[in-house]
Amino acid sequence: MSNVLIIAEAFKGQVRRASLHALGAGQQLARRTGGTLHVVLLGKGIGEAAKSLAGYGATVHAADHDALAAPLAEAHAPVVAALARAIGATYVGAAATTYGKDLTPRAAALLDAAMATEVTAFAGEGATVLFRRPMWAGNVLADVELVTAVKAFTIRPTEYAQATAGAAGEVKAAAVEVPALKTRYVSFKEVKSERPELTEARVVVSGGRGTKGDFKPLEALADALGGALGASRAAVDAGWVPNDWQVGQTGKVVAPDLYVAAGISGAIQHVAGMKGSKVIVAINKDPEAPIFQIADYGLVGDLFKVLPELVAKVKAGSGH
Amino acid sequence: MALKILVTVKRVEDPESKIRVKPDGSGIVTDGVNYKMNPFDEIAVEEGLRLKEAHGGEVVVVSIGGEKSATEIRAALAMGADRGVLVRHDGPLDPVVVSAILAKVTELEKPDLILLGKQSIDDDQNQAGQYLAARLGLPQGTFASKTESLESEAEQKKVPGLKLAADGKRLEVLREIDGGLETLDLSLPAVVTVDLRLNKPRFASLPGIMKAKKKELKELQAASLGADLTPKVVVRALASPPARKGGLKVADVEELWKKLHEEAKVL
Repeated sequence: MSNVLIIAEAFKGQVRRASLHALGAGQQLARRTGGTLHVVLLGKGIGEAAKSLAGYGATVHAADHDALAAPLAEAHAPVVAALARAIGATYVGAAATTYGKDLTPRAAALLDAAMATEVTAFAGEGATVLFRRPMWAGNVLADVELVTAVKAFTIRPTEYAQATAGAAGEVKAAAVEVPALKTRYVSFKEVKSERPELTEARVVVSGGRGTKGDFKPLEALADALGGALGASRAAVDAGWVPNDWQVGQTGKVVAPDLYVAAGISGAIQHVAGMKGSKVIVAINKDPEAPIFQIADYGLVGDLFKVLPELVAKVKAGSGH
Repeated sequence: MALKILVTVKRVEDPESKIRVKPDGSGIVTDGVNYKMNPFDEIAVEEGLRLKEAHGGEVVVVSIGGEKSATEIRAALAMGADRGVLVRHDGPLDPVVVSAILAKVTELEKPDLILLGKQSIDDDQNQAGQYLAARLGLPQGTFASKTESLESEAEQKKVPGLKLAADGKRLEVLREIDGGLETLDLSLPAVVTVDLRLNKPRFASLPGIMKAKKKELKELQAASLGADLTPKVVVRALASPPARKGGLKVADVEELWKKLHEEAKVL
């Protein structure tokens, strides 16, 4: 028996959509290994969110406790590890969000588990699961085996479908024992946006150095299409836009239906974060920019002229 | 008040190099590939130096690998680090093995702060710092960043992004996480992994490079540290990802719109 434990994540009282993709990955693993599926949600006042996880054929463990109110890996990891031991989990996984990337390796270490990050598929045959994951900025796909008794992973949410509805699982209270913490949670400042979450958007409009810091034409297009805004590392480093807009090897990985790269040269580290997009449009003044090699449709031109024209077309053409 | 800071550096393929998989999938082609310090580790070294310049102390650089990894330690010493430790290990390095070795080095060096890059750009795992913190029972501040831009005055003045408390016993870390900005206050000793926007690493000066040659670089043998060196993450096969077919150019917005509307049907 190879039981599976998925770590879900709540934000402002709701389960993040990325967690449903992780739960989808958990369903795949449980089917393959014949184990039972479990999901844990940690926090304070997460009872309702935990109940929303009950319809996916998994036993839901709600770790609802004052000591877990802040999403601190130091506090959450021992609770995850204790639960994994209690239910005999062989696989412990989460979505590759900042929470998942911070917490999962710490929990894995407590379980003497090796781990695979940003997994895109479960490969191999039979009982031996190979974790397929990108290396070298996505230039290489590796199939790795974790040779520890317990195996940990994070999944790339764009590569797994959300969990499908299943039997209503029981919601149980998880045991919570948190040692004295050496981390003090000082503050969280929410960065609010009216636009969809970058990793969930159907359309992403990204800007790079070519914007010279002026994202207004990109905002207009994103808003006309109901899309999200992204950026290259150059734009982030220049301080023009927040870091969490960054698409690439070290930022977010996106796979929207339409990705518009405006004023982005197409460094390999950026391409690593968006090449899974269905359709890529590149707008750049430099006809030699590498971005054109991977773009489905490239337009050599000034983004400050091209984007407003495109916005006009969108507004005229689709009745938005 | 003086801080003893341990900074990890890893020798990796130059991110500008073209990485190709060997035809049999057993590894990558290393011919013509250049090597350098993992870019995230350069940021960790820079942050260590800034903390030392602001508060006094010592920056010790540690690397794990073959003898060639001494090059990356020397590069950090040339930036201004005080001394280096090379843990010789020629076997495969995964985050479990790396954190086991680093835990032993930490026991020997007893630093107040351990700074690591948040990930190395070869295996892109983003785990070693978290594993190390768990092994040592230390608080962790992952993906440390700052709100000031890399063009700001604070950055020009090389102000550390990590804020040491007046009593020298706690460190404040800003993290850019999904949905906002989080500030943590860690009791030292602590583990911090650094993200791209924390600072812009300095270049080594010529005198710095000359001085680095005379700085202490101690060699340890991984096998004699008592850490479990058995690989736990075993790569079974490598492959190139499917290539994306692109390259079509359109003449103007009119044609682009038509393509998106009628051919790709995404608008």
